This record gives sequence, C-alpha cells and structure tokens, in this order.
Amino acid sequence: MRENVVIRTVSRLAVPFIQLFGLYVIAHGASGPGGGFQGGVAFAAAFILMIIAFGIADVRKRINNRGIMIFSIFGIALYAAVGLLSILYAGNFLQLNVIEAALGIPHLHGILIDIAEAGIGITVMAIMISIIYDMADTGGESA
Amino acid sequence: MRTKALVAVIFIGIILFWAVEDMPAFGDPDSPATRYTGEMFIQEAQKDTGIANIVTAILVSYRGFDTLGEVIVIFTAGISVALLLRRGGRL
Repeated sequence: MRENVVIRTVSRLAVPFIQLFGLYVIAHGASGPGGGFQGGVAFAAAFILMIIAFGIADVRKRINNRGIMIFSIFGIALYAAVGLLSILYAGNFLQLNVIEAALGIPHLHGILIDIAEAGIGITVMAIMISIIYDMADTGGESA
Repeated sequence: MRTKALVAVIFIGIILFWAVEDMPAFGDPDSPATRYTGEMFIQEAQKDTGIANIVTAILVSYRGFDTLGEVIVIFTAGISVALLLRRGGRL
C-alpha cells in the first residue's frame, strides 16, 4: 500500500480540494445548503484519505491525539460560548436575536450562527479523526 | 425461530403498508407537516434570523439547545470509542 504511486499521487492532489470543500460547506451553513455536521465529516474524509494513502504514522505527525481532544472540546466550547454570549445581553441561553438587537449590527445573527456552525464542524471533524485513529491503529507504537 | 421471525417481519410489513394509506400525498400543501410549524418557519425564519437557509435557522437558532446536545452526543460517542478501543494511552 505504501509504495502505490497512483494512490499517493491522487490523494495528494485530492486532499486540499476535499478540505476546501469541507470548509466551504461549513462556511455556507447560513447562506446555502451546508452546515457544521456535513462539513466536518467532509473535512475529516480528507484525513481518512490521507491515512489510507500515507499510513497512520504520517498523519499522526500532523495531528496527534492530544490535538484532536483539544479541537473537539474547543468546538463545543465555541458553540457554548455563543450561547453564553446571549446571556450577557439579557437573553436566554442561545437566544441569538437579543445580541443583534442589543448591538445593532446587521446580519450579526447569521454571523453568530456561522460561528456556532464552525464549532459544530470542528468537533465533528476531530471526533471523526479520533474514531478512525482508534479503528486503524494496530496497537503498537510503530502503527 | 426462522418462521417466527419471518411471520413477525411480514406482520410488521403489513401494518406499515396499511399505515402508508393514511399518509398525506407527496408535496401535499394541506398536510399537517406543512400547515402548522412548517408554515410558521417559512414565513418567519428569514425575518427572525436574517439568513437564507431555513434548515440552519431552525437547527442553530430556533433549536440551538437541541443541536448543542447533539454535538455533545457526538463528543461523548467519540470519547467512548477512544476509551473502549485505545490501548495503553491517554485521551
């Protein structure tokens, strides 16, 4: 598998586009079809392709278990922070329209929704990579 | 055992086909799903949230707390897989 030139070359070409598409889907959650769940999975699919093509050790050098846990917690924290922000402006938890009404910035509601979607995407991406790490791992240090 | 399972599957299948008769026609504007909350969301979502995608408006704005719970469910599932399958390491 590791010597297969076709798989390595094609995945080297495809991975940036898959990642860009994942970010596009996350970023277009408010204005078109898309969202954090789908985009996060699309982004994680690029990492899965990298694991298939280059082996798990190479991918682990780029993002390790600790980084994955930090990412997955950061995503939930980002979402919850958006929710807590509305409490600061005398609304309920995740009642986003009070923030736009208080600050008077147009389209702020959509921007906050996009931030929350980004949080969802980060968590889903990290958890997908975590699951594929655990399933692809052979147990040894050299896996 | 196999006969019982087959009878159970056929029985449930008959009930499901029977229930399909009572479902509204595809794209029926008078079906309950489009008349009550669906109609309200289509009319109010753009005005309330200012975004074009009604699905995302419902998912993150109207039902944001539910979606936060969904993300935590995914997080918990990932942690559980790590705890079950990861050997000798830390999270």
